[in-house]
Amino acid sequence: MFDTADALVLARIQFAFTVSFHFIFPAFSIGLASYLAVLEGLWLKTGRQLYHDLFKYWLKIFAIAFAMGVVSGIVMSYQFGTNWSVFSDRAGPVVGPLMAYEVLTAFFLEAGFLGVMLFGMEKVGRRLHFAATLMVAVGTFISAFWILSVNSWMHTPAGFEMGANGQFLPGDSWLAIIFNPSFPYRLVHTVTAAYLTTAFVVGGVGAWHLLRDRANPHARKMFSMAMWMAALVAPVQIFLGDAQGLNTLEHQPQKVMAMEGHYESHPDGAPLYLFGIPNEKEQRLDYAVGIPKVSSLILEHSLDAPLAGLDTIPDDEQPPVSIVFWSFRVMVGIGFAMLGIGVWSLLARWRGRLYDWPLLHRFAVVMAPSGFAAVIAGWITTEVGRQPYVIYGLMRTADAASPLDAPAVGSSLLAFIVVYFAVFGVGVWYIMRLMSKSPQPGEVGVKRGDKGPIRTAGFTPGPTQNPGDGEKLPRGPHEASRER
Amino acid sequence: MNVNVDLTTVWAFIIAFAVFAYVVMDGFDLGIGILFPAFEAGPERDRAMNSIAPVWDGNETWLVLGGGGLFAAFPLAYAVILPATYPLVIAMLLGLVFRGVAFEYRWRDPSHRRFWDAAFTGGSLVAALAQGMTLGALLQGVDVTGRAYSGSWFDWLTPYTLLTGFGTVAGYALLGATWLVWKMEGPEQEHARRLAKVAAWATVLLMGVVSLYNLLLNAEYADRWLTAPEIYLAAPVPIVTAVLVIALLRALSRERHSKPFWLSISLFLMGMAGLGFTMWPYVVPPGITIWDAAAPERSQIFMLVGVAITMPLILIYTGWAYWVFRGKTSDEGYH
Repeated sequence: MFDTADALVLARIQFAFTVSFHFIFPAFSIGLASYLAVLEGLWLKTGRQLYHDLFKYWLKIFAIAFAMGVVSGIVMSYQFGTNWSVFSDRAGPVVGPLMAYEVLTAFFLEAGFLGVMLFGMEKVGRRLHFAATLMVAVGTFISAFWILSVNSWMHTPAGFEMGANGQFLPGDSWLAIIFNPSFPYRLVHTVTAAYLTTAFVVGGVGAWHLLRDRANPHARKMFSMAMWMAALVAPVQIFLGDAQGLNTLEHQPQKVMAMEGHYESHPDGAPLYLFGIPNEKEQRLDYAVGIPKVSSLILEHSLDAPLAGLDTIPDDEQPPVSIVFWSFRVMVGIGFAMLGIGVWSLLARWRGRLYDWPLLHRFAVVMAPSGFAAVIAGWITTEVGRQPYVIYGLMRTADAASPLDAPAVGSSLLAFIVVYFAVFGVGVWYIMRLMSKSPQPGEVGVKRGDKGPIRTAGFTPGPTQNPGDGEKLPRGPHEASRER
Repeated sequence: MNVNVDLTTVWAFIIAFAVFAYVVMDGFDLGIGILFPAFEAGPERDRAMNSIAPVWDGNETWLVLGGGGLFAAFPLAYAVILPATYPLVIAMLLGLVFRGVAFEYRWRDPSHRRFWDAAFTGGSLVAALAQGMTLGALLQGVDVTGRAYSGSWFDWLTPYTLLTGFGTVAGYALLGATWLVWKMEGPEQEHARRLAKVAAWATVLLMGVVSLYNLLLNAEYADRWLTAPEIYLAAPVPIVTAVLVIALLRALSRERHSKPFWLSISLFLMGMAGLGFTMWPYVVPPGITIWDAAAPERSQIFMLVGVAITMPLILIYTGWAYWVFRGKTSDEGYH
């Protein structure tokens, strides 16, 4: 009934599902951690209550997103062994140390300072608390550094030697492995994507509350900050994406062929296909609508530059074209929509209507989740585009899987799907519920219950541990009672 | 080659340290989850949760270091153990998902707090059981052909692994209860003390049965523990353990605060020593030694530099984070 091919497909679905779900949370928390650090820094610098209110408002949301990122991330860290044990055995000597460095330099940093960031304001004081917030933000960035180094190495392997048993062994220089040819491009493109993702969530929430009360100063500040990000960073991101595309053309040309829908070679200039339906059977793009020579212009910066197509690649080395073709268009489309709203916000600012243009605010609300869609589409483009290889050109995905039977992989996949949708669905709903409340002056982050602990808002075990309110509150006598 | 032998041994100790740090630190978190139904809904549960809320994430990170370190330093062991215990690992991960989100969700949604309390307990119980059974599955031996697991799906499920699983649950409950003895006051502390006594007896009983079972499991294990000259090396472990058990039970009846917790940790340390003595030098008994599974020297040296630089820092700021939240878990301003 089952054969190994089924187990492989199920393992791939499982990895794609768990990593897509997981990446939503770090994509948000990388940007949000930095945003929180900026808000707290501004509060310390200016002393304005508004920044402190916003800090506490977003801290509640961060706490939930971070918890979901942690638990789904632990699943990822073990997935290499459960479903991809042959990959683990063979690539472990190169990939393993980079991931160990992620744990040593990032995870411990985030986890160690998170407790102080969430619960410790009145215990350590403002400056140390700000330092803890900074450490968490730095930790998220370091984590991205290592994980993208690993991922990039699998796309553009460098600095290794082949050993016995088909193992990949580190060569002379770890720097060649860490800073492999596609790593810098991937890192900046992904981290920028995380910042934009957060900016659009913050902007969408700000716009939502502006639509209800355009005088709300907190909503104004959020919206304004987010729109600056959109206006300044979206064009940079498009430039960075282009740079990564050129890098991909250099190292993984068939991925670019699939992204562009180039089944056939174009000896004197390739068109940019705006639309088309990849027909994998016939190896052509149906209903193609293209602008002549523009693809060559973008990729080679020359109208007549020849571009090779998938007809030059053996069938068993071609990636699945339709998925890559469409996911790439989704990502680019969202990127340009982001640029559009950024430009629109500049116009609105110039005309003094930034807080007074409901259509702009509605558009911003619609765009709030767009970063997540773009980030996932981007990952699909790059990961599906490198198939059939897990280590590009060297190790096929089919040869990397664990010796497991399909029912084992299938039942664990089912369990992940059920649990993730239930648990993270609820978490996202809690986040949305927090976002639907407008930020208030003196945001306390604590909803008072009639009895029992005043802790319904999440991470604050009570007024004595409420970030920021600490100075006003007396220290309990119990706090002094230490171990006898 | 000689250098490599030393390096590999160093790495075996680093992984063992990470696993031990995980077991005692997340052990008391999971133990509190296991004991949660015994606490009264309301302040007692909330305070138990508050006592670990600031530190559980850091505690859990040691699991990632243990797993990630194994992947990096002993890739072959990682590639064999995880498929061999596949259902256990998946169950553990899903258990940790429920346990982890419960920290946030139970405060977020008072009308469903009982559900998330149950998820906290269920997740903790499943994770603890799965971890204990994984250890048992490893000790009872794993079928390997070439460089891959060659047994069947449910080889890990035996009476022995059930015992190691229950033993781990009892041990974590002991750590959790003694942690609460330290962090709580008044009637809640008394409650924790009563629970700790029960957990201590259960732990001692199961530890004893598992240790004896070990001797029947594998002639090599029995040889090692019962014949000279190894017996002189091995003998201190059960003797010290017995002394610690007596001290623990006395401390629990004498209204000590932090002492039972430290004694429980020492008990785990003895368990770890016994475990190391039993397994050495195998990382996957009966066939794969640490040297068979080791990553090449370059990988191990590269990581050792990272460990040497970061580990002291990690220990310092982790210690600081615990220091910030020292003392009894405050209930001031709660009512």
